[in-house]
Order: sequence, then structure tokens, then C-alpha cells
Amino acid sequence: MEILVCVKRVPDTAENEIAVGKDGTDIVRDDLVYSVNEWDNYAVEEAIQIRDKVGGSVTVVSVGDDDAEEIVRREMAMGADTGVIMKDAAFEGSDGLGTAKILAKCVSMGKYDLVLTGAMADDGAGQVGGMLAALLDWPYASVVNKVEAGSGKLTVGREIEGGNQEMNEIDLPCVLSIQTGINEPRYVGIRGIRKVASVEIPCHGKDACGLDASAVGAAGAKVKRLAYFVPALGAGAEMIEGSAEEQADKLIELLKAKGGIK
Amino acid sequence: MAAIFALIQHKNGKADDTVAELCMAARKIDASAAVTAIVMGKASDCDAVAAEAAKYYASVWKVASDAVAYPNAEVLRPMLVKLIPAGSIVLAAFNPFGMDLCPGLSVKMNAAYCADVVGIEAVDGGKLIVNRQEYAGQVYAKMSVDLSGGAVLTVRPGVFAAEDVPQVSGAVADKTADAGAAPSAKRRFLKVVEAEVGDVDITKSDVLVSVGRGIESQENLEIAFELAKTMGADVSCSRPIVDAKWLEKSRQVGTSGQTVKPKVYMAMGISGAFQHLGGLKGNPFIVAVNKNAKAPIFQVAEVGIVGDILEIMPILTEKIAEMKG
Ligand SMILES: Cc1cc2nc3c(=O)[nH]c(=O)nc-3n(C[C@H](O)[C@H](O)[C@H](O)COP(=O)(O)OP(=O)(O)OC[C@H]3O[C@@H](n4cnc5c(N)ncnc54)[C@H](O)[C@@H]3O)c2cc1C
Ligand SMILES: Nc1ncnc2c1ncn2[C@@H]1O[C@H](COP(=O)(O)O)[C@@H](O)[C@H]1O
Repeated sequence: MEILVCVKRVPDTAENEIAVGKDGTDIVRDDLVYSVNEWDNYAVEEAIQIRDKVGGSVTVVSVGDDDAEEIVRREMAMGADTGVIMKDAAFEGSDGLGTAKILAKCVSMGKYDLVLTGAMADDGAGQVGGMLAALLDWPYASVVNKVEAGSGKLTVGREIEGGNQEMNEIDLPCVLSIQTGINEPRYVGIRGIRKVASVEIPCHGKDACGLDASAVGAAGAKVKRLAYFVPALGAGAEMIEGSAEEQADKLIELLKAKGGIK
Repeated sequence: MAAIFALIQHKNGKADDTVAELCMAARKIDASAAVTAIVMGKASDCDAVAAEAAKYYASVWKVASDAVAYPNAEVLRPMLVKLIPAGSIVLAAFNPFGMDLCPGLSVKMNAAYCADVVGIEAVDGGKLIVNRQEYAGQVYAKMSVDLSGGAVLTVRPGVFAAEDVPQVSGAVADKTADAGAAPSAKRRFLKVVEAEVGDVDITKSDVLVSVGRGIESQENLEIAFELAKTMGADVSCSRPIVDAKWLEKSRQVGTSGQTVKPKVYMAMGISGAFQHLGGLKGNPFIVAVNKNAKAPIFQVAEVGIVGDILEIMPILTEKIAEMKG
């Protein structure tokens, strides 16, 4: 099975305190720790496991700038066979649809049976996978937490409310958005990264894939981000100050009053 | 102004809570809009849900067919494209069904798409201005959505208060014929596998010590179990703890886990994602400990401590044990 996995470089929300920049047009980007979108690691792991079971290859693709190379290389160190970067000044400022259009071109440049995305990105909206499927006219399943390969089709589980799982049969080729927890993404060590350090990663721009600049990037975006802000939220929690000891004492008093200690 | 449609989700002949919330959201876009609710399902479900929807919506369209008895987005999408006039604004809930259906629906309708909307500000010169959250709720973004070709919006469940929706008695129209026959889909629904029951039933617990990614390692879970034991509480968790297989799925609180109704909820190293908070009902007394003062959990907690849970929890355990003697 020829599998393409879409991966995105994002500021790691578990590692960063995100603040709005002075003029509100962006978040403060200095000192941010970036990584692969958490969901995408699960998608790459799933692709590797499917390939190892039924044969074929895994390609990872990212739409981004020069920095995208680092994460594509990381996913190759996990075990993806090849990497591709879709990069062009005309791609900058793309909305979800623009990104999906660029990825659709990447799909049509290869011969894929299966495309995987993450269920959503930390700075995204869970939209690119579904749009990509619609552009390709391929069937789609979102929030997938189980994949079993069959001939010409897959059996997939979708995560639905309450921890229940919706089982579906889906024809190939198709697009799936992968949910966290579907597998345990393998650890990538320094040695793994070193092994792929000198592998060439091709870059494709708008001309290589035949994209009209007006359809993508800021020019083609129907949805634009005007500003970032932090709203004046309510009072929020009453904060307990003091040393850890003092904080614990105060908290225990409150817990006793609220029936939190039996 | 474009026509507005709301896609109603339902189960066992009952509309989802979002039936009223979507109506509220539609009114925020245009207070005078004639909003149409669309209900699809097998005939018996459809009639019951359409009657419920007619309490909020002046107009309800029903599509009754056994072929859509289970909401398979791949089957519903082409029917909706046929049914909904181009240029319309379509609202749905941002949940596993909305996520499945809507991005592709927007492409097929040639409309703009904006996901997980938490605020609606205004319509301004053919643009709809809405708010969303990014980076796990740490910041908000003001988005401009081009309405010239219509728009599909998914709305975060629970955000648009449903209480204020005025009641109407809407008219139900049968649109089954207009939606056309259900297409043979390349994705076929097989069955729903129910969640496994675990050894502890956190839905019955009065007090929960709930751990999130801040617990950092599987070994550290012991610290939370010690605290819970001393307090007479049970241990629950957020999703990453289950994803890592450190605790069983039945201990996960949230939209894709359990719905709990404790009296006291101790959120330890949990950021407060809406999918997590979606599993917290009954207005518990929430205590949050988090090392990030900006964590969204502090917006919903009653009391908070900015600190390290690995430091605070053992101190709490020791002091409570001492107090109990
Ligand atoms: C379709 C879908 C369904 C989902 N369903 C659920 C669900 O049912 N339940 C659920 O929980 N999530 C669910 N999620 C995931 C959800 O979006 C969040 O990713 C998740 O809740 C984050 O868990 P967390 O707060 O533990 O981790 P994070 O968001 O990473 O937060 C960890 C927090 O711990 C703090 N921290 C770190 N170290 C320490 C320390 N030593 N002391 C104190 N604080 C510390 C950090 O500041 C941070 O705020 C779902 C997501 C999707 C897409
Ligand atoms: N710039 C990008 N490059 C490659 N894949 C992307 C990009 N943006 C989004 N994706 C894919 O789409 C998924 C969902 O992202 P989003 O719709 O932005 O929440 C991600 O997990 C990726 O798999």
C-alpha cells in the first residue's frame, strides 16, 4: 500500500505559554518550542505499521517553509521512506482550504492508495483532511482510532461520544484523519535522526504542481485571521498564594468545607 | 442576508442539546433571519426530532429514509448539497459528526469553512466575524469569513447558551424527495462498539483526583493514587494519560470518555480543553493546580494554585493523613 501522511509543524502547546504579540496580529514567536503536531505522530506510526504488515511505502509531506524540513526528517527517522515539502511564497497565508488544495496536488503527483492526516492540529481546526478528501473525491473517515487493512478496502473505527467506537468499511483510495491513542508512536533518538540527516528532501512549489497562485495563499483565503486576543474573561479561579505548605493548608480547609475529604 | 440552516443531530428519536444552541448561534448571526433546521433519519426518529426542532425553528425540513437511519456523513453530504441552496450559511455542532461531515461539505458547496466557533461578533460587509480558540485555548483568534459563496460553520457545543432561545411553533416540511435517493457510499457503517466498563466507575464518584499530562510519567501516578486514597477519592484523568496507556479508558473524563458529576473535582496538571470539560457536569467545586498561570482551566475552576503538582500533591497527602490521625 502506498501511503501519504500529512504532517504539520506547530508550536508545542504542552511546552509553551502562548502569548499574544504587541500588535495582536500574531502570537509571540521568540523562544517558542516547535514540534510535529501531536496527532501527526500517531498518523505516521499507523502508516508505518500498515506498511510493515502489507508492504508498500510511506511518504510524509508538509506544507511549510524551510523549518518544515526538521519535522519531515524526524518523521523519516521514525521510519517513513520518503519526505516531500510543499513550499512557495504563494502558499503563505493559506487557509485550511488552501492547504488542502496544495496537498491534493501532492497526492496527484504520486500514486497513493491511502492518505492520513491528524484529526486536528494544535493551531488548526480539524479541517484539512476532510477538505482534501472532498477535493480528491475520495471517501473520508475522521477521528479514526482503528485501522485494519483488507483488499481494496479498510475496516476503520471512528471515535464517537462516550468512548464508543463506530465501525465502518471504507473503499481505497481514501483519506483518514487519525486520532491520538490509536497506537504508541515510536521513540526517535538522536541516532535515528542522524541516519536520515543527509537524505535529500525534495521541495515542490506552485509551478511544479501546477497550482494557480490566486487559488492558494492569502490571495485565495476565504477565511482570514484578523487578530489574536485574550478576552477579558470573568474573575476566574480564586488563586491561593503563599508557600506550597501554606497553599496546601488553605486548600485543605476549602476541601473540608466542600466535602472533598471523607 | 443569506439563508441560514442548522443541521440537527439526534439519537434514539431525541434531538441533541445543540438543537437550541445552533438556533441561538443563528440568531447571533442575524436576529431576524428565518432559520431552517434540517432533520435527517428514519421516519419515526425524524417525526419526533422534527417536532422538537419546531419549538425553536420557524421552519424545519425533514428527510425521512431508512438509508439515513444512521448518520453516515459520506451518505448525508451529497444529499445536503442537493438540498441546501448555494450561498447559504450552514451551522452544525463541532463534534465527531460535525468534524466528519462539514469540511467536505464546505468544499462541495463551494463555501467558506470555519470550525469550532466560540463567538459570533458581527456581519460586516459580506464578511462574518467570529471567534475561535487556538493553542489549546490559550489564545483567541478573530476570524473573518467570506460569505460571498456561503459558509459552513461548526459551533463548539455548550458555548451558545440554550436557555434564552424563544420558543416558536415552526412548520415541518417533508423534503425527502428533494434530497434525492441516498447515494451508494464508498464508506459503509457497520456497527457501534460500546465502550468497555472498567474496574472503577468514576461516574459514581463524589470526589475525583484527576490527572493530566502534567503528571509527566507513569511512575508519578502513584502520587495521585496516594492522595486520592487519603482523601477518600477516586482517580480519573485526561485523554493523554489514556493514550499513553497509563490508565484504562474508563477513567478518562471528557466528550470521548466518561461524563462525571462529582461534588469536588481536583484538576491536577490538566490544561482544560473543552473536550475534557465537556465530561464535567453537575457544577462541581473545581480545584486546579497547574504550573502555567494562563492555563484555561483557571477560568472554570473555583480555586487555583499556580504550582507543580508533583510538589503539591505529596504535601496535601501528608497533611490530610496527619489531620485524620
Ligand atoms: C475528537 C476529540 C476528542 C477528545 N476527547 C477528549 C476527552 O474525552 N477527554 C480529554 O481529556 N481530552 C480529549 N481530547 C483531547 C483534548 O483536546 C486535549 O488535548 C487534552 O484534554 C489535553 O489533556 P491535558 O490537559 O492533560 O494535557 P495538556 O493540554 O498538555 O496540559 C497539560 C497541563 O499540565 C500543566 N503541567 C505540566 N507539568 C506540570 C506540573 N509538574 N505541575 C502542574 N502542572 C503541570 C501544563 O501547564 C498544561 O496546562 C479530545 C480531542 C479530540 C480532537
Ligand atoms: N501545513 C500542513 N502541511 C501538512 N499537513 C497539514 C498542514 N496543515 C494541516 N495538515 C494536516 O491536517 C491535519 C489537521 O490539521 P488542521 O485542519 O489544521 O487542524 C494535521 O494533523 C495534518 O495532518
